[in-house]
Amino acid sequence: MSQTQDRPSVQQIWDWLGQVPDPEIPVISLTDLGIIRDVDWQGDTLVVTVTPTYSGCPATTIINLDIETALRGHGIEKIELKRQLSPAWTTEWLSEAGRAKLEAYGIAPPQPASGPERCPHCGSTHVEKVSQFGSTPCKATWRCRDCLEPFDYFKCI
Amino acid sequence: MTRDQALFEFLCRMGDNTLILGHRVSEWCGHAPVLEEDIALANTALDLIGQTQLWLGLAGEVEGEGRDADKLAFHRDAWDFRNLLLVEMPNGDFGRTLMRQFLFDAWHTILLGRLMTSSEPRVAEIAEKASKEAAYHLERSADTVVSLGDGTEESHARMQAALDYLWPYVGEMFVADAVDQAMAEEGIAPDPASLRPEYDALLGRVLKEATLIIPDSHFAHKGGRDGRMHSEHLGHLLTQMQWLQRAYPDARW
Repeated sequence: MSQTQDRPSVQQIWDWLGQVPDPEIPVISLTDLGIIRDVDWQGDTLVVTVTPTYSGCPATTIINLDIETALRGHGIEKIELKRQLSPAWTTEWLSEAGRAKLEAYGIAPPQPASGPERCPHCGSTHVEKVSQFGSTPCKATWRCRDCLEPFDYFKCI
Repeated sequence: MTRDQALFEFLCRMGDNTLILGHRVSEWCGHAPVLEEDIALANTALDLIGQTQLWLGLAGEVEGEGRDADKLAFHRDAWDFRNLLLVEMPNGDFGRTLMRQFLFDAWHTILLGRLMTSSEPRVAEIAEKASKEAAYHLERSADTVVSLGDGTEESHARMQAALDYLWPYVGEMFVADAVDQAMAEEGIAPDPASLRPEYDALLGRVLKEATLIIPDSHFAHKGGRDGRMHSEHLGHLLTQMQWLQRAYPDARW
């Protein structure tokens, strides 16, 4: 009983997870990315449900490690990480705050029209695709035809 | 053959296709004609190998003998692999690699679309995840086949040669055996032959735009997906892919 009273609330856990940066794009957090699907106490075990962005994303292992490390740092001892494949992750789960942070960092946020709305550096809409793929599985490579800077575009899936 | 034995075979086919093609595509890493293509190929390989972990991981779970995805990938020999012969074909030039990718992606996206409604939820959820990635692969491989096919005289000739070379390996995708029958009866996976009309329509559309001619032959090399007779290329591929686990069994990062 006392254990139940002592344990941090689910909302508190979400706030803590909101402070864990994505290992490859550290300006956004794991909650901004929309990959934390559920947080739930089962007895004295905290179950965190995580969905992968891309099935081969090498960051997945690091993300799990970072979640555990952060939560242990807040005194939680029993943690179970659950992988959930369905519903499959979509960029629609990126938070509004996350989208703004991406753009400020120089990564154009995903657009349903499947191309960036504007250059994240100068704001020009005069942009062209360089490659459908980029430096991580979740990004494509684009270029601004006005300021001539290359930039990453967060793929819309 | 029990339901689970057939399911294990089916899952090995799915996982071995993505594993062997993923490995083949990764052979381009550091060798592609331009940096952007190098990155694209490596990313495609990464997606495929990621999907392999899901398919072979589930295969091991269904088999229930303690083999995980790594064991299945690195501790089996050529005769235990269940991939299509198409995906073990050597890369050849860049055009042939992209043609092979297109012929595979077209089939893969159609199949994964059907598997999303599989009666086996663990199959459906992997298909849901993988189909998003496969659709993205198809977009790129189809675009590239069109650009190169309808490109210069040289690129056109190379793409036609690639299609002629790879065409006899397409038919194997649509031939059913007892495993497929069992999967279809259980509602786990579609009858392979049922995918052909959609495949032919998609290929016809893209290859026409690429100004390429589909060979007028239905001859099909077989023996990969049932493991009866792989090409000599698979063994050579495995000597590279499995080398570390063969030399240092169960080595870990």
